[in-house]
Amino acid sequence: MATQATVHQTKWWSGGKSPFNLEYGKLMMWYFLMSDAFTFGAFLISYGSIRFSQNFWPDPNVVFNAFPGAGHANLPLAFVSVMTFILIISSVTMVLAVHAGHKGDKQSVIKWLAWTIVGGLAFLGCQAWEWHHLITGEHAVLLDGKIQLIGQTTSVNPWGRLIEDQAALTAALNNTPHEALVSLVHSHDHTSSLAELTAKSDTELKGMVNLAEMHIREKGPVAFGGYFYGITGFHGFHVFSGVVINVIMLIMTQKDVFQNRGHYLMIEKAGLYWHFVDLVWVFVFLCFYLI
Amino acid sequence: MSNHYDPTKDISSSAAYPEVSLHPHHEDDMAFRKKVRKTTILLSVITIIELAIGLAIYNIHKGENPSAMLVLMFKGLVCILTLAKAYYIVSVFMHLGDEIRNMIMTIVVPLLLFVWFITAFIYEGNSYKNLRNTYDPHFKETTMPAKHHKAETPAEKPSGKE
Repeated sequence: MATQATVHQTKWWSGGKSPFNLEYGKLMMWYFLMSDAFTFGAFLISYGSIRFSQNFWPDPNVVFNAFPGAGHANLPLAFVSVMTFILIISSVTMVLAVHAGHKGDKQSVIKWLAWTIVGGLAFLGCQAWEWHHLITGEHAVLLDGKIQLIGQTTSVNPWGRLIEDQAALTAALNNTPHEALVSLVHSHDHTSSLAELTAKSDTELKGMVNLAEMHIREKGPVAFGGYFYGITGFHGFHVFSGVVINVIMLIMTQKDVFQNRGHYLMIEKAGLYWHFVDLVWVFVFLCFYLI
Repeated sequence: MSNHYDPTKDISSSAAYPEVSLHPHHEDDMAFRKKVRKTTILLSVITIIELAIGLAIYNIHKGENPSAMLVLMFKGLVCILTLAKAYYIVSVFMHLGDEIRNMIMTIVVPLLLFVWFITAFIYEGNSYKNLRNTYDPHFKETTMPAKHHKAETPAEKPSGKE
């Protein structure tokens, strides 16, 4: 009786076929991605845990407000939205490459894979620029009783609380060495060259510093740098390996390896990995840039 | 014996993986393109909304009297939108939605651990902060953000809002 109802259904577990109807490699790619999701999840949750243990955390809109070629313009979220769209679009081109693979259309596979690689490289370029900007950027911070110009590294964070106590700042300015004064003036006064400023005496330079406009901060939570570089770096490494995998797929397609095999399942597996990279970025974007 | 199961029925014609049938992928080209276009637009629109909310949070922070409650609500909204994006990427772009239910469950059920994982660790971090604020006055003094700019004139805002 019971068999009567199930006779038209596929019996996945009766042998002779894959119960999940998935090729082995593709199934294992899924399980690898699941375990990788836990790795990224653990990193992000650790970051969240540390962030919740702090009274103060830098506002991402203050930290990430630069755009290539825009100088000191305050453009929060602009650059990271470009990076996000690059990854979304490269994910779409990957979907199209996989689809072309289903149809056995070699030329389309090559075309869309190539665009996916371009997207991946563009994203890596953006990330390189952003890291470079954060590490080499100079931000005025009141540190050890003097004003210092520091970038975002894993050992110091320049985005602490804003200092509103003008007396403390004036005292700190008197302890600040010559070179720091020169860069401090240079950071907001572009009328004189660095050489001209270096020739000036400390008193002259101090007179040129506009403390009220400088937004001098305390140092912020050290953990910020480690988590940011650690997690975006780990994600960037995934993007990089994804690009390498896609390049290999491109070469194999070019050499008719998949055509001779009769199927493009390998492109599907590479596609799964690439979409995962995009998926992780969605969460990195949320945790570091939006909230 | 007429309904004896024949394992060679409805399996792939591909000789490489005879145990796998590739039928979920035989949807027609137009429908597929439409689906991809729709998902791309959806992801873009959600991202744009997220960016708008991010800018709104920035402006609330910059404003005179930032409402912590409003910022928290916006942040919660962004989290929900992110989950929606993740759902579309996994189910449409990665085709998980087209797989067999049992297979989907072997991926999704383990991920439910994240519910405990996130709750426990965020709670842990928060508890550590509260303990330090209670027992370590130096920590509290050096890290507590100053009450917003015009703390000296409490008469202006009699309500207890932050």
